[in-house]
Amino acid sequence: MCGIVGLLVKTPALREKLGELMVPMLIGMTERGPDSAGLAVFGNPLAESQRKISVYSGLTEDGADFNWLGLGHELKAHLGVPVAVEAKGNHAILTFDVAPAIVKRWIAEHHPKLHILSTGRSIDLYKDIGTPASVAARYDFGKLTGSHLVGHTRMATESAVTPDRAHPFTAGEDFCLVHNGSLSNPNGIRRMLEPRGIHFETDNDTEAACRFLEWRLREGDDLETALQKGFEELDGFFTFLMGTPDKLALIRDPFACKPAVVAETDDYVAIASEFRSLAHLPGIKHATVFEPAPEEMYVWNA
Amino acid sequence: MERLTFDLATQPLRELNTFLHNDAKDGKARHVTVLNPDGAHNIAVGLDCPVEVEIVGHAGYYAGGMNKAASVTITGSAGTGVAENMMSGKVHVKGFASNGAGASAHGGLLVIDGDAGLRCGISLKGGNIVVGGSVGSFSAFMAQAGRMVICGDAGDALGDSLYEAVLYVKGSVKSLGADAQYEPMTDEDIAAVASLLDQAGLDHDPKAFKRIASKRSLYHWNADANQEY
Repeated sequence: MCGIVGLLVKTPALREKLGELMVPMLIGMTERGPDSAGLAVFGNPLAESQRKISVYSGLTEDGADFNWLGLGHELKAHLGVPVAVEAKGNHAILTFDVAPAIVKRWIAEHHPKLHILSTGRSIDLYKDIGTPASVAARYDFGKLTGSHLVGHTRMATESAVTPDRAHPFTAGEDFCLVHNGSLSNPNGIRRMLEPRGIHFETDNDTEAACRFLEWRLREGDDLETALQKGFEELDGFFTFLMGTPDKLALIRDPFACKPAVVAETDDYVAIASEFRSLAHLPGIKHATVFEPAPEEMYVWNA
Repeated sequence: MERLTFDLATQPLRELNTFLHNDAKDGKARHVTVLNPDGAHNIAVGLDCPVEVEIVGHAGYYAGGMNKAASVTITGSAGTGVAENMMSGKVHVKGFASNGAGASAHGGLLVIDGDAGLRCGISLKGGNIVVGGSVGSFSAFMAQAGRMVICGDAGDALGDSLYEAVLYVKGSVKSLGADAQYEPMTDEDIAAVASLLDQAGLDHDPKAFKRIASKRSLYHWNADANQEY
């Protein structure tokens, strides 16, 4: 069992309150997912040439005391590129004006225990083990701003409880996916993707779905076409919620084995595994509330 | 006291359910209103006295489950397993219901004004279900006894492996499940549909419904069927 939450604000003024509205949604899914939590938030994109990466230091010896500013200086000294560092305990967002592969390769060589959570122009990603409330407090989720986000609370069934196996998963740039359910053919998907040079970081089944769909998008499919291929190739139980810089997308398996409910008002679209995570939202009593149908695509534009 | 209100925003659910199991049974209230259900699970489960409960808003999983004699109304939507294993009484959902509505209900009447999700009336054991909207796939799977009246459409595999439950559908059926078949509507069927629609407060022409029941070909093992049903 896991919990999924998603929020997309239509009213620009609510972008400042995105985190504040979301925290009770995430905490509302604690019973469905008490062991880990995470979220990806999408905001205004950086300039065309810039990139940012979210980096997790919880697996290093220094943990939350990791010297992020020192890392920034090292990167500048070795790559000659200024790096802006925004650190919060075991998490930092590094922003720079160079191809991200260069930075990530340098980090992998010199700090192999740092874990890159996301890459892109719009996405920031946080995930860690702990209850949703403690993870939300750790990273001050209540203060996050942006246009839309994808969140998850985890009760592990398919792989161990570790920060890198928490959700959301990312692949490529500015794409993330959260999953409630379990896939029955993740290893088949891996065997199909790995010979194409697609590298996996964990043994988690959700990572296979994430990398499959991102691969389809990179091959030129639009989101709807990629999701249709997902229905054809991904076997098992799933409610998937995905984020791109301008979209939230939701699909459920043909048996609708895992729940989802949507509430929509003029101000926002909110998605959760269960209504109890939506009950606190402003204007919810007059929202259009519906249950997304199995094997249908739901895509909302930010 | 005739009427009582519980506000789940300030009172724990256990207080409500304890009241309904004990005090309501002792006649301390005939009508209980529940405010701010906010999707909580197990609201008004296991009731066994003729109390009226009105849940104002959206209920979570298993609302009105195992109901006996009570009348439970949900003004919003209901989560998974509403009125599951109901024995008698009535559960009325004014919005939509999620998966497994009325699962294995032995008796009583479940009315859903909106749509029901997948597996509505799965393993029905004698209860009656009236759905004002449509039902999802695999509804009435292995339903043994009781009746389902579906005023809208049905998804895939309706009535798969049916036993003796009877289904009435007004709209279109995406596909019937194994061993389910259309049968002619008799006067008795029309009267049964009319009566259930009347109890549900829904206005449809009973003659517009189609009857679906079991072919009974799965009742006995057929070694020659080669798993092709």
